[in-house]
Amino acid sequence: MMKLTLRNFAYSLVGIIALGALWWIASATFARDLPSPGKTWEESKVYVLQPLEKRGEMDQGIGRMAYYSLTRVAKGFLLAILIGTPLGFLLGSSNTFFRMFDPTIQVLRPISPLAWLPLGLVIFRQSEPAALFTIALCSMWPTVINTMSGVRAMPEDYRNVAKVLQLSRWKTLTKVSIPATIPYIFTGYRLSLGLAWLVIVACEMLTGTPGIGGFLWQEYNSLIYSHILMCILTIGVVGFTLDRLMGIVETRLRVV
Amino acid sequence: MIKPLEVTSLTKVFDTPTGKNTVVKDFSISIPAGQFVSLLGHSGCGKSTVLSIMAGLQEATFGGVCVDGREISGPGLERALVFQSPSLLPWFSAEENVMLAVAQARPKLSRNEQRRQANHYLEMVGIAEYAKQLPAQLSQGTQQRVAIARALSLEPRFLLLDEPFGMLDSITRFELQDLVLDLWEKDRRTVVLVTHDVDEALYVSDRIILMTDGPEAQVGLELPIHLPRPRDRRSVSSNAEYFRLRAQVIDFLEHHSKQFQEKAA
Ligand SMILES: Nc1ncnc2c1ncn2[C@@H]1O[C@H](COP(=O)(O)OP(=O)(O)O)[C@@H](O)[C@H]1O
Ligand SMILES: [Mg+2]
Repeated sequence: MMKLTLRNFAYSLVGIIALGALWWIASATFARDLPSPGKTWEESKVYVLQPLEKRGEMDQGIGRMAYYSLTRVAKGFLLAILIGTPLGFLLGSSNTFFRMFDPTIQVLRPISPLAWLPLGLVIFRQSEPAALFTIALCSMWPTVINTMSGVRAMPEDYRNVAKVLQLSRWKTLTKVSIPATIPYIFTGYRLSLGLAWLVIVACEMLTGTPGIGGFLWQEYNSLIYSHILMCILTIGVVGFTLDRLMGIVETRLRVV
Repeated sequence: MIKPLEVTSLTKVFDTPTGKNTVVKDFSISIPAGQFVSLLGHSGCGKSTVLSIMAGLQEATFGGVCVDGREISGPGLERALVFQSPSLLPWFSAEENVMLAVAQARPKLSRNEQRRQANHYLEMVGIAEYAKQLPAQLSQGTQQRVAIARALSLEPRFLLLDEPFGMLDSITRFELQDLVLDLWEKDRRTVVLVTHDVDEALYVSDRIILMTDGPEAQVGLELPIHLPRPRDRRSVSSNAEYFRLRAQVIDFLEHHSKQFQEKAA
C-alpha cells in the first residue's frame, strides 16, 4: 500500500485529472448525453453538500443512501463470513469434506448476482432478504477459499506441537489453527467485502430499494444522468475506503 | 528385565510415488532409566523417523515402542519432544508457549500458578528475562531454550531431542549442550538425542547408538561412553579414551555404516 504523503497525493492527482479530462472530452464530443464534470457537480451538489438530507424515500443525500447500502452490505457480509469461515476451515482440514463439496462450490462460485437475486426473490418473496441472500452467496467465496488455503498452509511443526502436547480438539483450534490462519482469513474478508460492495448495486437496482444503487437506477429511468455519475463516484470512494480499512486490519494481523 | 523405554523390531515403510521405501528395518534398542543415549547416523538414515515414532507422532509399520512394557498408541506427556526448529507458536510470548504445556501437564492449576511455573522453567534454562517476548524477537538459541523449557515443563520421564542444536552457530550450540548436560546432571531424566554430530554425541552421551545408512537402516553399533561425569569440554577433549572412541565412531561412519546394504545386494 502507498504511504499517505503529500508527494504521493500529488502523483495520484495526475490520474484523477486525466480521468476528468477524458470525461470532459467525451461529454464534449461523442457522448452528447453524458453531462460534463461541471454540469454533474452543479446538478449533484445538493446531494453532496447536504449528505444527510431526506427529501423523500428515493430522494436523499448521498451520505444517507451510502449508509443504507452499507448497512445492507454489512449484514450480507456478516452472513457471508459467518458461513464462509467455518466452511473454509472444514474444507481445509478434511480431505473427505473437500472432495465432497469442492466441486459444488466451484460451480456455484462463478454465478453472477444478477442470477441469484431472482432466486432469492422466489425463495424469500421480499426484496430485503433476497438482497442479503445474494450478497452473502456472491461474496462468501474469497473467505471460503482463503481460509481453506490458510488451514492447508499451516506449518506441520504447529500440528506436531499440538499433538505432542496432546491438545484437545478445541484447544488445537483456538490456540493453534485459528491464530495460524487469521492472516489468510482476513485477506479473505477484505476480498469478500469488496465483492459484497460490488454486488450491492446490482441488488438495489433490481429491487428498487433505497440506497446508492437503487438511486442510481431510478435516476437513470428519470433521465437525470448527472446523478448516475455522482453515484458512480460515491460507490468508488466508499469501496476504496472500505478496502483501505480492511487493509489496515489485515497488515496489523500479519505482523503478529 | 523390562526397560522403561524399548523399541522392538521397528520397521517403517513409506509409500512414495516411486514405490515403497523401507526407511528403517528391524530396529531395536532398549534404554534404561536415567540414561543419556544418542542416536547417531548419516543425514537421511532415518533417525528422525525413529524418534518421531517414539514420540508417537508417526506409526510404526511393524514392531513398536513400549514404555514400561506397554506399547504406546500415540503421543504421551511422559515423552516430551524437542524439534530441530524451535517450533514455538509465534502468536504467544515465551511464557505463554510454556504455559500451554504446563496447562496440559497440570490442568487443575490456576492461570497465575501456570504463569509462575512457566517462569520457573524459563529460569531453569536461563532466560527468565525474555518471558514476555514473542518468539520473533528472540534469537534462535533463545527460542530453542524456550522449546526446551516447554518440554521440561511437562516433567516428562523421557526427553526426546531431534537435532535440537543443528540450526545454531557453534558457540550457541556449545552453550545449549552444556545447558542440557547440566539439567540432566540435576534430574537424571532419560534422554534420547538424535544427532549427526560425532563430537556432540561423545560429549553428552552414556551410550551412542550408531545407525547404518538407509534404506533399511538398523542398529549398526552400540558404544558405551565411559567418560567421567560431570563432563566439561576441556577435560573431555584431552581424554585419551575420547580419542579412541571418536576414532571408532568415525571409522564406523566412514567404512561400516553401509555394510548391511552391501550384504543384502
Ligand atoms: N513422510 C515421509 N514420506 C516419505 N518418505 C519419508 C517421510 N519422512 C521421511 N522420509 C524418508 O525417510 C528417510 C529418513 O528420513 P529422516 O528420518 O528424516 O532422516 P534423518 O533424521 O536421519 O536425517 C529419508 O530418506 C526421507 O526421505
Ligand atoms: Mg532428521
